[in-house]
Amino acid sequence: MLIRIAFFAAAAVLSAAAFAQDAAKPSDPQIAHIAYTAGQIDIASAELARSKATNKDVKAFADDMIRDHKAVNEKALALVKKLGVTPEDNDISRSLTKQSEAKLAELKGLQGPAFDKAYAASEVAYHKQVNAALKDTLIPAAQNPELKSLLQTGLKIFEGHEQHAEMVAKELK
Amino acid sequence: MTWRRLAAGVALAAGAACAGAALGAADPLHRVEIKDVGFAPPVIRVRVGEAVEWTNNDPVAHTATASDGSWEVDLQPGESGRREMQKAGTFGYLCRYHPNMTGTIVVAP
Repeated sequence: MLIRIAFFAAAAVLSAAAFAQDAAKPSDPQIAHIAYTAGQIDIASAELARSKATNKDVKAFADDMIRDHKAVNEKALALVKKLGVTPEDNDISRSLTKQSEAKLAELKGLQGPAFDKAYAASEVAYHKQVNAALKDTLIPAAQNPELKSLLQTGLKIFEGHEQHAEMVAKELK
Repeated sequence: MTWRRLAAGVALAAGAACAGAALGAADPLHRVEIKDVGFAPPVIRVRVGEAVEWTNNDPVAHTATASDGSWEVDLQPGESGRREMQKAGTFGYLCRYHPNMTGTIVVAP
């Protein structure tokens, strides 16, 4: 358990640093890439949970994450196409991907209730991190009003996910 | 304006009047908007036999689901759905996908 807590603490510090790195002002193409990547990461975790979770509320939560993040990412793709923007890979996206690969490897090694608890806890931590980044860095930096509006809608949805993940995590204790 | 166009206009107006009457005082529709993962208004007051209509203006799917599980309205993005309230009382409901989204329907006899 201590190892797990240390892992999530380390992941949180790593990601905070990642977001701070380019906090100066990511461009709209970079913001689009970060937001899309963040969604894909949560879909990958949810798909793992779909196959490994044993608790029905955890499975249902994973379904919700897949449904919502796919829907928001489809909107994002449609918007970048409409705006003629090409999402641009950047340090924050790369750091998020690296962090998620480590998290997935950790989760893959767990079974049964231990997996359920670790997945729920990681979803709370991940949504907190992404929501803070949206609020403090990505939304203020976004220049295009339609992109800014989509990020603001996304933030509302993901704040709901954070609360939902907290409810699920609490039930598992 | 041609006679044909005038006749079409009159027919349209008559149709609109009928539609209005259908949703008139005897059978009012109470609308709830879903936006930014919330029901607005969060509390709605209706009478027995009247309907509540939810419109989902979010990019993600929602439901309006009775807290006791007795009914559910599926609401895909951009779609509306309605339910007639058949019993008096105060009833809680939520979105099954986002359980932190809650609302209340107060049904008067």
